[in-house]
Amino acid sequence: MTLRVDLQIISDWIPDNAHVLDLGCGNGSLLKHLQQRNVTGYGLEIDNSKFSECIAGGVNVIQADLDEGLSQFGDQSFDFVILSQTLQAVKRPDFLLREIMRVGKQGIIGFPNFGHWQCRFQLGLRGKMPVSKNLPNAWFDTPNIHLCTLKDFEKLCDQYGFSEVNRSVVNHEHKDTLGIRLLPNLFGQIAVYLIHNGNS
Amino acid sequence: MSDSLPADSVGLVTPSHLHIDKPLALDCGRTLPQFDLIYETYGTLNAEKSNAVLICHALSGDHHAAGFNSLEDRKPGWWDTAIGPGKAIDTNHFFVVCPNNLGGCKGSTGPNTINPETGKLYGPDFPIVTVADWVKSQAILADSLGIHKWAAVVGGSLGGMQALDWAITLPERVGHALVIAAAPKLSAQNIAFNEVARTAIKSDPEFHEGRYQEFDTVPRQGLGLARMLGHITYLSDEAMGEKFGRELRSGKIQYGYDVEFQIESYLRYQSSSFVERFDANTYLLMTKALDYFDPAKEFDDDLTQAVKAIQAKSLIISFTSDWRFSPLRSLEIVDALLSAGKSVSYAEIEATQGHDAFLMPIPRYMEIFASYMQQVAKEVNS
Repeated sequence: MTLRVDLQIISDWIPDNAHVLDLGCGNGSLLKHLQQRNVTGYGLEIDNSKFSECIAGGVNVIQADLDEGLSQFGDQSFDFVILSQTLQAVKRPDFLLREIMRVGKQGIIGFPNFGHWQCRFQLGLRGKMPVSKNLPNAWFDTPNIHLCTLKDFEKLCDQYGFSEVNRSVVNHEHKDTLGIRLLPNLFGQIAVYLIHNGNS
Repeated sequence: MSDSLPADSVGLVTPSHLHIDKPLALDCGRTLPQFDLIYETYGTLNAEKSNAVLICHALSGDHHAAGFNSLEDRKPGWWDTAIGPGKAIDTNHFFVVCPNNLGGCKGSTGPNTINPETGKLYGPDFPIVTVADWVKSQAILADSLGIHKWAAVVGGSLGGMQALDWAITLPERVGHALVIAAAPKLSAQNIAFNEVARTAIKSDPEFHEGRYQEFDTVPRQGLGLARMLGHITYLSDEAMGEKFGRELRSGKIQYGYDVEFQIESYLRYQSSSFVERFDANTYLLMTKALDYFDPAKEFDDDLTQAVKAIQAKSLIISFTSDWRFSPLRSLEIVDALLSAGKSVSYAEIEATQGHDAFLMPIPRYMEIFASYMQQVAKEVNS
């Protein structure tokens, strides 16, 4: 089974035997993949059909709405809390981010970069809300209601005192180009951050 | 029923009997000198005896969970929607065991069986049994069948409480626990409803302090009223509205106190048919077993501590319109399992049918139930 680009990055960061919480776990492919390395934990998913896929795949999944927070979980109860491609779809990303860092020793957050040049081009020059492979919906029916750029996200982390342990910025082919290395906020399409509490 | 049995039915089934000639010490401090359990089985036990699934029944259930006892039966067993070849609990893969609980009235030792010490019916002298007592007796049944570990213990409502108790008290004997439409303990409101039901039975002049059989009578009114009340709590406002609305039997208002609305007629029918098939003393006992269930009690009311011993993986399911044991009650169990770091999945099923939804073939419910059990089957066969 091949993992989605961002999930492959995340998988590489998680050591064997870790205990993880995957928020908005989709069909459970990451957790299923990690099971092979003795990684335990749960997925949270609200979508009925994705939820069923998790059950069919033997992945622990809890039907829950991320907008309601993570009050069912104790402080620092997971080695990693993962939120991939979902931050932009929640009602209060700031609240969820703090919840992630409360229940997890480290957080892994992946999101589509709204600062990518194509987004800037579509909005800045064509005067239209961006539509791309990573953000395929029109403005009126998109679940992505809180889009941000790399800089925006880093600023929010700073504000809460969460520091970056690792970052991976790639295009949607999972390629790390020279452009991305030089100007990640302009050329990166998908960003994944590994963050933890306090200063590194 | 029709001449031929449905293809996805377990078919014709005959109950089995287990007689245990050893005393069973009960939570209440009393001891049953000997006891009988009646049970049904479906499917085939594999050579490793690893594919057995225990079904625990709810308040008014019994050992007849699936299939037909005779070709004349109008209806199959109470959980035929979930048990059978190709169904959620697939009898092509699993050996399914469903006993009638102690204190029941369908063949296991209970108020309407003979007390060997007196040679008379137990009646109200039958000791009150608890969920934990049931688990103990079911474990004896498992031993007799050579089943050391259940692939899964499955139950809805009071049956779900037994599944949870199994996982807590005999952790090494449960592979998976499926706890459906249950709660970790009754709320004051739940107990209040039970008390009204018991008062209805006990205040019936035909009750005779529970010795009604000696008087050759049955507390019909009281048991019927208890069932009516229970039935209201099993349905939702929405389900009742959909099914009956304010429909009148005769089409117009009569300005009298006879049955006018269809819902009244339905409740009366439900209660009168229930009275024919159920024993009042058993009803009293079952409601008490519900009231007393509280596995966290021994752990300073900390459910997380109570579930610490669990080794089973769990699937917890609730239904949106269930107000008897609402999704929040299931979430109490889920939260405890999560805090204890146990393997658990939780689904909340959209359903209008209220508490009774757990018996219905709701597509998403059945899909999740079946997918989960397929995983269990894979584990068993690997």
